[in-house]
Amino acid sequence: MSESRNAILGKLRAGRDAHPLTPPESDFAVLRNKRWDGAERLERIKRMMEAVHTEFLETTEADWPADVQAFLTAQGTRNLLFGPATEVGARLSSAWTDGGPELIPYADRVETFKERLFDGIDAGITTTLGAIADTGSLIVWPTPEEPRLMSLVPHMHLALLRADALYDTFWQAMTENRWADGMPTNALLISGPSKTADIEQTLAYGVHGPKRLVVVIVR
Amino acid sequence: MSHDGTTSRPDIERPESVYFFGTCLVDLFYPDAGMAGMELLKAQGVRVVFPQGQSCCGQPAYNSGYREEALKVARAQLDYFPGDWPIVVPSGSCAGMMSKHWPDLFKGEPDEARARQVASRVWELTQFLVQVLKVTFEDQGPPVKITWHASCHAQREMGVTDEPKALLRQLANVELVELQREKECCGFGGTFAVRHPEISAAMVGDKVADIENTGAKAVVSGDCGCLMNISGALEAGQKPVRGVHIAQFLKERTHG
Amino acid sequence: MGESSINFAKASSAALQDQQLRGNFRRAMDGLMSKRAVQFADTAEWNGVRALGASVRLRALSKLPELLEKLEANCTRNGIQVHWAATTDEANAIVLSIMQRVNAKLVVKGKSMVSEEMHLNAFLEKRGIECLESDLGEYIVQLDEAMPSHIIMPAIHMNTKQIAHLFKQKIKEAEYTEDVAQLTDLARRVLRKKFATADVGVSGVNMAVAETGTLCLVENEGNGRMSTTVPPVHIAVMGLEKVVEKLEDVPPVISLLTRSATAQPITTYVNMISSPRKEGEKDGPDEIHLVILDNGRSGIYADEELRNTLRCIRCGACMNHCPVYTKVGGHAYQAPYPGPIGSILMPQVEGLEKRGELPHACTMCNACVEICPVKIPIVEIMGRLRSEAVHPGDAVRGAGSHASKAEAMVWKGWSMTYASPLAYQFATALLAKLGNAAPTSLPLLKEWTNVRTKPRFANRTLHALAREKGIPDV
Repeated sequence: MSESRNAILGKLRAGRDAHPLTPPESDFAVLRNKRWDGAERLERIKRMMEAVHTEFLETTEADWPADVQAFLTAQGTRNLLFGPATEVGARLSSAWTDGGPELIPYADRVETFKERLFDGIDAGITTTLGAIADTGSLIVWPTPEEPRLMSLVPHMHLALLRADALYDTFWQAMTENRWADGMPTNALLISGPSKTADIEQTLAYGVHGPKRLVVVIVR
Repeated sequence: MSHDGTTSRPDIERPESVYFFGTCLVDLFYPDAGMAGMELLKAQGVRVVFPQGQSCCGQPAYNSGYREEALKVARAQLDYFPGDWPIVVPSGSCAGMMSKHWPDLFKGEPDEARARQVASRVWELTQFLVQVLKVTFEDQGPPVKITWHASCHAQREMGVTDEPKALLRQLANVELVELQREKECCGFGGTFAVRHPEISAAMVGDKVADIENTGAKAVVSGDCGCLMNISGALEAGQKPVRGVHIAQFLKERTHG
Repeated sequence: MGESSINFAKASSAALQDQQLRGNFRRAMDGLMSKRAVQFADTAEWNGVRALGASVRLRALSKLPELLEKLEANCTRNGIQVHWAATTDEANAIVLSIMQRVNAKLVVKGKSMVSEEMHLNAFLEKRGIECLESDLGEYIVQLDEAMPSHIIMPAIHMNTKQIAHLFKQKIKEAEYTEDVAQLTDLARRVLRKKFATADVGVSGVNMAVAETGTLCLVENEGNGRMSTTVPPVHIAVMGLEKVVEKLEDVPPVISLLTRSATAQPITTYVNMISSPRKEGEKDGPDEIHLVILDNGRSGIYADEELRNTLRCIRCGACMNHCPVYTKVGGHAYQAPYPGPIGSILMPQVEGLEKRGELPHACTMCNACVEICPVKIPIVEIMGRLRSEAVHPGDAVRGAGSHASKAEAMVWKGWSMTYASPLAYQFATALLAKLGNAAPTSLPLLKEWTNVRTKPRFANRTLHALAREKGIPDV
């Protein structure tokens, strides 16, 4: 195995040294210059994400748990997967009123409830680190308290977005926040519900991941 | 050298003389188009020199993988264009070969600098008429509907896109109807047409259908390879559309 | 002539007869081309991001061995186990040994072109491991026991009706329907069970970041995230050229990739994986393995010109824009990578003996070069490989294997004639007199006149006319 490693690297080194390559400068100006002002950013994010079937729910810091519950009740959602150890989770469970969808905590390793996760969960709610105007994308970094599958397996994904956490480009978000200094286990951009066009280029939503993505904008 | 369709070349001053590089296909199959090209230039008050020693840019061998043979033929051309005048070529493909591929072909050869110098003086005919001579034509012909076939190499190697159509649009009685897939290759591709005759036939079939849909009486092109392919297929299919080189068409319309 | 020369011509001939197939491709490719053009309508932005993308790829290639070492070091630090494979056999053996260690019975796969290159499914299935494609297009193709016909849209050669029949025939619980939403939902139900129970997930890698030890995957369906998150073991396979230097190199390449491939500003998911499940995390695989495959790439890299092939980010736009590909479809190439990029990559990976005819599956129209998001000089490499095929040498495996004495003689004779003004003028004058008498049964002329009239030699050459009209020759 390491034999191949050394042979491959040796070959590459010899090839490169025989014909060194001087690459052109990387000029990031084309990304740096992509700018939208405050109001335009959110408008653009909504427009781009709605174009790929994302739904939006506008609410406030004070009201969001109640608004989320009302929304899910109206949709006939049976249950909601949430991270109980997060600040958002605490707000949810304290504000949740009886008679709404059942709150299901993601509190243990996935192995303990895989079957239910894949077969019995209607919706999951996560936070986001913000959104990107250029492409209409949410930035999601799963954590031990808010695991990776919450935004993937339930049929509906609700994503909380702070209305002031907006970036112009993916590049801006990662450079300003110095992602390169320490990447998490998994970092995601999510730009809509799961989709496919593999059958005669006809768009269909919800092929493997969530069928619906609801962005909850918190002002 | 990579050519990615972003070519645009700087203007030059209007010269007193130009060389004409006829190309081997024009020489054998479309000499009238060659003569028409030279006459269009002369009509603009430019002295045209046709070196009798010229033959071919070397492209047929180059594209077939015989670079040494291509080099030999390309090298034989260098002697015949000693003056510092532009070299005008009535074919986007041959012009592209000289201007874009000769520098690679001659790379590391003793005459590389000379080949590069010659290559840098190469102009496609319509590009030269528009950009350097800034010609204006007065149409003398009867009303006619035509369409334009853009050659791949004129577009993508020489960066010639609007020039020929701009010339055709100067003609008051000529209605230019654009093809639905103007940028798509006609399927000639040099030896491709005989190596893969069925695919080539399918491609030229699509091109002919596109041409027919315009209702044009003539398809005008700036490349004799494409022209031979397209008009050969039009004729074989007994379509009432004639294929004609742009130089010849312009001359017919303007000199009577 | 190599085996594929016969096969490509034969397979393309069959494809051309299939009007259904031609219609499917024409429609799909026309749509993709026009949608892509909308994405890059701002020429200045296109030029800027394209130059940036090309510079990212070239910079990565300029430091390739160092970046691979750095990637290995950072992945290892993050807990990702790195393996090196010189050949596809070795890569398959590595994957198998991991699977045998964890006693894997069921594998779910995200879309991976390198695994196609390895013929991994067939390899594992022979050894009793079920290997299920989960990208919908790949799943369809796998059910059909066929090969992908496009690197981005594997089932683009089929229409809804054909897929509806296939599902009815191959999936137990299927009711016949031509409703795309229902067909998609059926696949969702079938595959969800598999994701939940799979022992191993296999994926490709769109980009690996040396600086952080991060694997980037883009996708729309969520099957890539499923395959890399749900099973306890994740194995990623990548060609060694897929490394980039810095994390900030990722955004421009992704932007070029998704816009060029499917005309989307971005895919639904950008999935960046930097480690297996950490202490305290509740999901994600416990093990991640990265298999770095050479399979001839280090040989390609040694050549200054050919190494540009390795810039490729596998967007497939060259296929969508290729007038040959759009006529014959992907299967005619009989290769994991069809179209223009396949026609230059396959001969370099598998050798010219087998694949030497592919560089001729091209009219050199440069449509691919015009839209390639990382500016690969595809057609120049095509020409170079045509030359390598007929001249012995050591730059490409199988160089000279297509050499033909007769063909070489023709070109030698041609060059001697065309390089001598006297011989040239004599020959052309002779052709002007006698050329039109050539019978259409002659080789080449026969192929030409299949759908065209015979080219007509003019009575007098341009040389002769110019002399007559007194055009000066100096």
